[in-house]
Amino acid sequence: MLNEKQIKKLEIQSSEICEKTVELIYNGGGGHIGGDLSEVNILVALFNYMRHDPQNPRWEGRDYFILSKGHSSETYYTLLAEYGYIGKKELDTYGSFGSVLGGHPNKKIPGVEANTGSLGHGLGLAAGIALALKKNGKDNRVYVLTGDGELGEGSNWEAMMAAAKYKLDNMTWIVDRNFLQISGTTEAVMPLENLKEKAEAFGFKTVEINGHDFEQIFTALNVREEGRPVCIIARTVKGKGLACAENKPEWHHKTPTKEQLEQLKKDMTEYRKELA
Amino acid sequence: MEKEACSSAFSKMILERAKKDKDIIVVCTDSRGSAKLGTYPEELPDQFVEMGIAEQNAVTLSAGMSYMGKKVFVLGPASFYSTRSAEQVKVDVAYSHNNVAVIGISGGISYGALGATHHSLQDIALMRAIPDLTVEIPSDATQMRAIIGELLEKGRPVYIRIGRNPVPVIYHDPSEIKIGKANRLISGKDAAVITCGQLVSKSLEAAALLKNEGIVVTVVDMHTIKPLDTGMIRTVAEECGCIMTLEEHSMYGGLGGAVSEFVTQNIPVPMQICGIPDQDVPNGTDEEVFKYYKMDPEGIAEKIKSLISRKNKLQESGGK
Repeated sequence: MLNEKQIKKLEIQSSEICEKTVELIYNGGGGHIGGDLSEVNILVALFNYMRHDPQNPRWEGRDYFILSKGHSSETYYTLLAEYGYIGKKELDTYGSFGSVLGGHPNKKIPGVEANTGSLGHGLGLAAGIALALKKNGKDNRVYVLTGDGELGEGSNWEAMMAAAKYKLDNMTWIVDRNFLQISGTTEAVMPLENLKEKAEAFGFKTVEINGHDFEQIFTALNVREEGRPVCIIARTVKGKGLACAENKPEWHHKTPTKEQLEQLKKDMTEYRKELA
Repeated sequence: MEKEACSSAFSKMILERAKKDKDIIVVCTDSRGSAKLGTYPEELPDQFVEMGIAEQNAVTLSAGMSYMGKKVFVLGPASFYSTRSAEQVKVDVAYSHNNVAVIGISGGISYGALGATHHSLQDIALMRAIPDLTVEIPSDATQMRAIIGELLEKGRPVYIRIGRNPVPVIYHDPSEIKIGKANRLISGKDAAVITCGQLVSKSLEAAALLKNEGIVVTVVDMHTIKPLDTGMIRTVAEECGCIMTLEEHSMYGGLGGAVSEFVTQNIPVPMQICGIPDQDVPNGTDEEVFKYYKMDPEGIAEKIKSLISRKNKLQESGGK
């Protein structure tokens, strides 16, 4: 259980990451801002929860993380810079010709475990890593974050069957359940509900949480069940924090205006003052 | 004539090697029977992964295991691995530099009357356009063993296409075989035939028929389609003055495409690309289909003669 002080610290960190991510997108000339902001709290939680060493990204004892929703890379890059996997100067190259920080993550970037961007690959990669860890008798854990619209790809369901068959209880799959994809709501484009029942039926120990509530996220990250992989359905708000973008599918990929960025900075500063 | 299927050669070799190397993993998609895996799944259950009929995830999961240092060989019908899983091969294997060996079994028209759903006649065109992916089509069991041996020494992202049926043994010395190096099996100056897979032995038969008529040709086994042995192509183009490619693949984009891309831009000589025409293939065994398209030894010999005649006419007219 987290205490009040720890939660406050995580919330302050998240508001800073949110601000820096939007600034990165503004300076870089675009990004998948909606999904970037829905995943902020989840990624902040993971960076605080997982075993990892920014000084030694390939440390054998690390836990593995795969951003299957690779288009939401800007929050990830911001966190990689925050933790020192990449330099702040390198982060500033985002959006410029030849930068290693492309629109989707690549293993050339320290800390990144998989080349993602094409949807429906991360869950299978995570299952492969988890299976190899089991075969090697290692206790590292594998975390994978998918989108919800992404689950339209059938390969996810193939991976779910395999994870259950091979009893991959060393992996946790998190769904950024913001209910929106580029064309509209997930339920209008291709209904996913009841997702919890589906994940359970496919063999995952499944919990549904508020993906912006740190206490709930950390409680869910602690869930383990022998012989079963874990699924966390994290209900989130797409565009969270950027008031003009919240819950609006047209903000799936968009560049904020200078005014919108300034407003966000003001809102976040205000929010941090309230927390203090 | 001694015959052995490439799949059987692989199975025997991988079982033997996997017993001594715990990092070797074989992945199948309900295809252990057609892959002729034999007792491997029962003898080494911890080194065997059965994914069910799910080729996409089989490739992705294999890539995940490879990332963790496993030596992964994923096997299933070439038709499905090269088309349904094409994106997984591109993204998770090649682009991600995961050293998975994707082995497409029963390739080409091996499945005969099972038809176009099961034929892989576009796989080389697709796979060779993927950066950093090696593409291999072994012509016999010795070559298959040599290629697998090289991959076990040093892995790389690779697509290997093998046929279903036993094929004549061409090589006896595996040390002659290296990934990326073509093998010139016989030398003659009237024409060069560049081929791969089970059509290598048919080309050798065709060359023997032509020899009776006083026509002496070169036969090159271009088992590695990518990276292409352009040095060999240059040599035979210079020596023979014309090239015929022959492949169990669509006439578009395969070995013929690869060779002609080099020839036209570097050493233009008359060429003939022989493959399966761009149409529905009639139902029948592979042998019947080869005969129908004049890709049996007699048909191949006729095609070579026709190319030589074109070369001679061009030479007589001073290339006009």
